[in-house]
Amino acid sequence: MESAHYTGTAKALHWVMAALLFGLLALGFYMHDLPLSPEKLQLYSWHKWAGVTAFLLVLFRLLWRITHRPPALPETMPKIMQFAAHAGHLALYGLMFAIPLSGWLMSSAKGFQTVWFGVLPIPDLLDKNKELGDLLQTVHMGLNLLFVAVLLGHIGAALKHHFIDKDDILIRMAPRHAKEK
Amino acid sequence: MKNIAFALALTALVPAAQAVEYTQVQADKSAIAFVYKQMGVSVDGKFKKFSSQLNFDPAKPSAAKATFDVELASVDTGAPEGDQEVAGKPWFNTKAFPTAKFVSGTVKPLGGNKYEVAGQLSIKGKTQDVVVPATFTAQGNTGVFDGSFVIRRADFSIGEGSWAKFDIVANDVQIKFRITASSK
Repeated sequence: MESAHYTGTAKALHWVMAALLFGLLALGFYMHDLPLSPEKLQLYSWHKWAGVTAFLLVLFRLLWRITHRPPALPETMPKIMQFAAHAGHLALYGLMFAIPLSGWLMSSAKGFQTVWFGVLPIPDLLDKNKELGDLLQTVHMGLNLLFVAVLLGHIGAALKHHFIDKDDILIRMAPRHAKEK
Repeated sequence: MKNIAFALALTALVPAAQAVEYTQVQADKSAIAFVYKQMGVSVDGKFKKFSSQLNFDPAKPSAAKATFDVELASVDTGAPEGDQEVAGKPWFNTKAFPTAKFVSGTVKPLGGNKYEVAGQLSIKGKTQDVVVPATFTAQGNTGVFDGSFVIRRADFSIGEGSWAKFDIVANDVQIKFRITASSK
């Protein structure tokens, strides 16, 4: 029988990325309306550095997910809910990949190259193009709104499993579970 | 045979080149751009409008004269909110100082197609001596001047107040130009 909990690596990736992505979301929604100031440019740089970090983490996470089968969903879950859970996770992975990618492309199209931590230049995949930059800004925003919606579903489902269904769905992703291995 | 042909071609070209004085700046084939660093990241910008007077005879470079008036409100920083910001008081203050002006002084030939143009650059009520290296390439009766030089924005009080520190926007700004001029 496969272990009923996630691997330590999967848990670490989950919680580190959860913290990082909440920070990125909050920063992104906060900074884009600010009037131009040195602080705004600083926040944009930090957001882009964190975004590149999240992109690298999600690539590693996708690799980990493909090579490590997660614990199965409880047998008691209706088929339709199991399907919804898989679709939700697929959407989360897709968005975690597409959002930083759209930000990277947007930066290129707007002519503001991303330089990771101010040191490592990330290649521009697109030439400077104002219309495309504006379009990608809308795409980046739209994907993030979608991400927030899927995240609310994700968190809501985890809480429902824990408090209403009283199964181990939330617990098996909890950090302390790793020690009980 | 080849040498003779080459010599003939040279003698045919040289008097023609001497007679040419480039005076008509072609705005559509000319550009004044700049590169600034924002937290270590190079960002391109340009000025869309400028006017100029130019007299350049490759045979008499020391007699050359050039004046450029750059309309600062025509700045393109790469972002609309940036364009608005730099027109304001802390940056160019275009209401009080609408143009930047360059007036050439001595022009020194450095050999080949290279020249060194000393001149005065005035922005925002401040004037600084600058030395501008440039190359000149003739193509028939048009010629192209290319070059770049670096100014320090603080020398002209460009970016005051909260922008005065250089940690976000660097002090050095590279000015790049390509001026295409034809003879009459």
